[in-house]
Amino acid sequence: MSDSEAIKEKYLGQVEAAADGDALEAIRVAALGKKGEISALLKTLGKMTPEERQSEGPKINGARQTVADAIAARKDSIETEALNAQLATEKLDMTLPPPSGPKGSIHPVSQVMDELAEIFADLGFSVATGPEIEDDWHNFTALNIPETHPARAMHDTFYFPQTDEGGMPKLLRTHTSPVQIRTMMDVAKQTDGAGEPIYIIAPGRTYRSDSDATHTPMFHQVEGLVIDKGIHMGHLKWTLETFVRAFFERDDITLRLRPSYFPFTEPSAEVDLGFTVEKGRRIIGGDPRSENGGWMEILGSGMVHPNVIRNCGLDPDVWQGFAFGCGIDRLAMLKYGMDDLRAFFDGDLRWTEHYGFDALDVPTLSGGVGA
Amino acid sequence: MKFSLSWLKAHLDTDASLTEITDKLTDIGLELEGLENPADALKAFRVAKVIEAGPHPNADKLQLLKVDDGSHEPWQVVCGAPNARKDMVGVFGPPGTYIPGSDFTLKPAKIRDVESFGMMCSARELELGEDHDGIIELPADAASAVGTSYADYADLDDPVIDVAITPNRQDCMGVRGIARDLAATGIGTLKALTIDAIARSGSGPDVRTDDSEGCPAFYGCTVNGLSNGASPDWMQARLKSAGQKPINALVDITNYVMLDHGRPLHVYDVAKLKGGLVARKATAGEKLTALNDKEYVLDETMTVIADDNGAHDIGGIMGGAETGSEESTTDVLIECAFFDPASIAKTGQKLMLTSDARQRFERGVDPAFLDDGIDIATALVLQLCGGSASEVTRAGTPPTEQRTVKYDPKQCATLGGIDVAPEKQKSILEALGFAVDASWQVTVPTWRRDVAGWQDLVEEVIRIIGLDSIPSTPLPRKAGVAKPTASPEQLAERKARRAAAARGLNETVTWSFISDKEAAPFGGGNWSLANPISEDLKVMRPSLLPGLIAAAQRNADRGASSIRLFEVGRRYLESTEHPTIGLVLGGENRARSWQAGSATKYDAYDAKAEVLAILEAAGAPIDKLMDFAEAGDHYHPGQSGTLRLGPKKILAAYGVLHPTVTKAMGLKGTAVAAEIFLDAIPVKRAKDHMREAFAPPALQAVTRDFAFIVDADLPASDLVRAVKGADKKLITGARLFDLFEGASVGEGKKSLAVEITLQPTEATLTEEDLKTLSDKVVANGAKLGAELRG
Repeated sequence: MSDSEAIKEKYLGQVEAAADGDALEAIRVAALGKKGEISALLKTLGKMTPEERQSEGPKINGARQTVADAIAARKDSIETEALNAQLATEKLDMTLPPPSGPKGSIHPVSQVMDELAEIFADLGFSVATGPEIEDDWHNFTALNIPETHPARAMHDTFYFPQTDEGGMPKLLRTHTSPVQIRTMMDVAKQTDGAGEPIYIIAPGRTYRSDSDATHTPMFHQVEGLVIDKGIHMGHLKWTLETFVRAFFERDDITLRLRPSYFPFTEPSAEVDLGFTVEKGRRIIGGDPRSENGGWMEILGSGMVHPNVIRNCGLDPDVWQGFAFGCGIDRLAMLKYGMDDLRAFFDGDLRWTEHYGFDALDVPTLSGGVGA
Repeated sequence: MKFSLSWLKAHLDTDASLTEITDKLTDIGLELEGLENPADALKAFRVAKVIEAGPHPNADKLQLLKVDDGSHEPWQVVCGAPNARKDMVGVFGPPGTYIPGSDFTLKPAKIRDVESFGMMCSARELELGEDHDGIIELPADAASAVGTSYADYADLDDPVIDVAITPNRQDCMGVRGIARDLAATGIGTLKALTIDAIARSGSGPDVRTDDSEGCPAFYGCTVNGLSNGASPDWMQARLKSAGQKPINALVDITNYVMLDHGRPLHVYDVAKLKGGLVARKATAGEKLTALNDKEYVLDETMTVIADDNGAHDIGGIMGGAETGSEESTTDVLIECAFFDPASIAKTGQKLMLTSDARQRFERGVDPAFLDDGIDIATALVLQLCGGSASEVTRAGTPPTEQRTVKYDPKQCATLGGIDVAPEKQKSILEALGFAVDASWQVTVPTWRRDVAGWQDLVEEVIRIIGLDSIPSTPLPRKAGVAKPTASPEQLAERKARRAAAARGLNETVTWSFISDKEAAPFGGGNWSLANPISEDLKVMRPSLLPGLIAAAQRNADRGASSIRLFEVGRRYLESTEHPTIGLVLGGENRARSWQAGSATKYDAYDAKAEVLAILEAAGAPIDKLMDFAEAGDHYHPGQSGTLRLGPKKILAAYGVLHPTVTKAMGLKGTAVAAEIFLDAIPVKRAKDHMREAFAPPALQAVTRDFAFIVDADLPASDLVRAVKGADKKLITGARLFDLFEGASVGEGKKSLAVEITLQPTEATLTEEDLKTLSDKVVANGAKLGAELRG
């Protein structure tokens, strides 16, 4: 074995045995440093004959390269080991709970209002609003309910001491129907009485002096109004069918229209939805004539009374349409299964957590209006 | 409106089953509300005979009976009824029978050590009457019926139908009107109304009307020499089916005619009257004690029926207590009048008095039925009580003129949405009492005050045809892609609501009305209900916070540790209603945790953070907002603020709630709150999808820190704004990151440190550029008295 070979083997052995970076550095200096043993060998090349150089050169250079590579490799592996050792000391109990933010929610009434807006937007309806503190004319008289009408007594109206221009007490609207009046009057005004098609829904708070297990003095209603040319009861029926099937996301919902009476519509119809009892709860849909089925009254509707259209400044011989109204709280209860209306207005966080909706459950037609 | 099936069939000739009839009622708009058969509860009771009666060995007041109910060995029954005796026939409930009037089920029992099986029943126990002095005693010939069901024996198997009558259908507030409606559907035929001729003699009573507006017609006749008493079983049975308690024949007759024909009447005891009867306006302050024993103070808009002594009847609403008929009455005056519906409605509303008569008169009774009405009543009085009838005095004239409506049978399709053959339409209208001539001029019957236009005729046709047969027709759909329908305000509210929920706030809905006490710290309410349901729900809220604080308090009482509530709703101020978001944070902000240690409470900055996030979601320009104080007296004066666009435009108020407010509402500990005034946020109208052209700058942004010593009361936002204003183009951000107060910065001073972000756009910043900028920053700070910290 030549010198270079022996030296190489010696250093490779030392590199292998080096325990840390300092030891390795010492080996490097001893072998490859300026005064290192292999560096010294390299210097001997210059004094050699060309033949010797030809034979020794590659060996010595090879030894230098091999030792340098071995040092680099060993350095890597020492660093890796050190890092691994350090990481091993940094172990955490990953079953500990991370910090968490509070969870918020959307009230079912808001959710249902958003669902309604979405469903009716698809049918071309926009959302209209109006004041809750109303005057007698918009809440009653314009809706064909004159002062002495027996239907007034059925409204359990809340009154204020303040009066309107006509000297009638101001009141809390008993239904969302005054929004119909305001919308039609706005259209009449904007078009100088000529009129134009109206397709709106009007959700909002309504008030009646009534409080028991199933009635609260404040509740939510949604009104629908279509005024156009050639609109008839068949359109009303289709719209309601489409609405309830979209809302409850069931195709097997049957509607029953029953003749009824509202002063502001003629003809008037109350609308029952077929339900069936599933697991002890009434579910909208299924065969109402089956053993566990029945009808539930949900909506009031009818063709807008010509007096109402006339009261708003439009010509009832030109414009014709329908209106409907129903309780939003009730819709929410039927769809999502709450059984206590009073809980809607209590703000109990346990109730909210159970029946509320995630902020990101935005009703969309593509995603479904039921979260 | 309740009536028995047999009563309906007295007017309607039909083979239809009960179900067919009740389904039809609902189909034509007379909604079935209830259906009961009194016989159902009595099925188990049987006609039974007492075959032995003897003393109870251990009790003086009890007897030991042997009862034969035809189906069993004679039962041994211990009975306490004084009238129980051998050979009497009564009604027996065997063991296992439910006793409706006592709400228990019979079981074999030992009474004073003697076994007893079943019970002989009283009328009250079967809910057939009030009598409980003894057991029901049937006529002796009932002995042949022993063993038959009592319901069959007594003909109680007569279902009672309850229908809802809408306010427009006065004509169906009598059984005959309902029969007429049913007949129009083809389910049966309306029987002809036969009124027996009455032998009348002697001139009619002195009745007149001085109030032709309130009481256009007043018909009256007398019946003398009658004897009042109980009405017959058939009439009592019908009245009971309608929910009316039989009183005496005269009262029962008036109730019966009202329920049978929708024609209210009144009967006066002639002996209690002085002089003739007149319909007149009441005098202001005139008093009358009505049949309900309440005294009413009348005014000059109300119609009364009076004699020389004063008013005896609130016309068309309720009779007086003094002159009503009694068992001893022998001479009566029957009043059959027509009262003006609007006048009745007003009087009833003012007096807050409802009655069956008012309900009918204010909806408008048939003005052409006065003669028939008084004849039917007179005939019944003569039949049941005897006596002799006078001629009828007819004062005034009822408004019987008939309305005609021009109709086009095509309108059934254009409004009702269904094609019905003209002949069919004609026959429906005629069956309902309309007269239709060749040119489709339709005459409305006098009892249909509700029918005024052709739309009403469409309704008549389609309700009889059945609304279910109207084909569903899609709405015309506009061509093209659906356009957005929400307004910018609606979108802003929707986003704000969902942003609040996304930030961990829970949406609630609280009452729009609160108590005076709750409203007071918030400036009080402008709108206070005249007829609140309670003092707690009286004032329209001037702020959303009282309701939210109350909800927070309820949650705290239930043990909630962290309360984060918000509501989107209106505040009701003097001139208008303002859409608002309110929020209340209470309890723990951050729960104690293994990482962060003890729990932390909310502070005013938590409220401000929610406000800024929600405002941003609602589209408010939050980088333009200015900090102001004056959040309102319900906040902590030193830990609250407002955010404004300009000095007057307040977008939000927030802060720690004033301790007196939280304490008054029972909320323990600190709570913070905020209100965001949605209608103050500028609305983004223009909907331009294009954004300004932009490419991210290639050059690196750099940051520099500046620490200033300032007066302790300098608002930090003033300094930040001043720093940022040093170079509006270059400085893209300025953020306060340190606040220090202490001896080292001097008394009355504080240190504020601001990090600014510089974004060069054209060339890298040189040391010189940075020096120039730095000098400007320091100079701007100096204007506020800020010194760069050494």
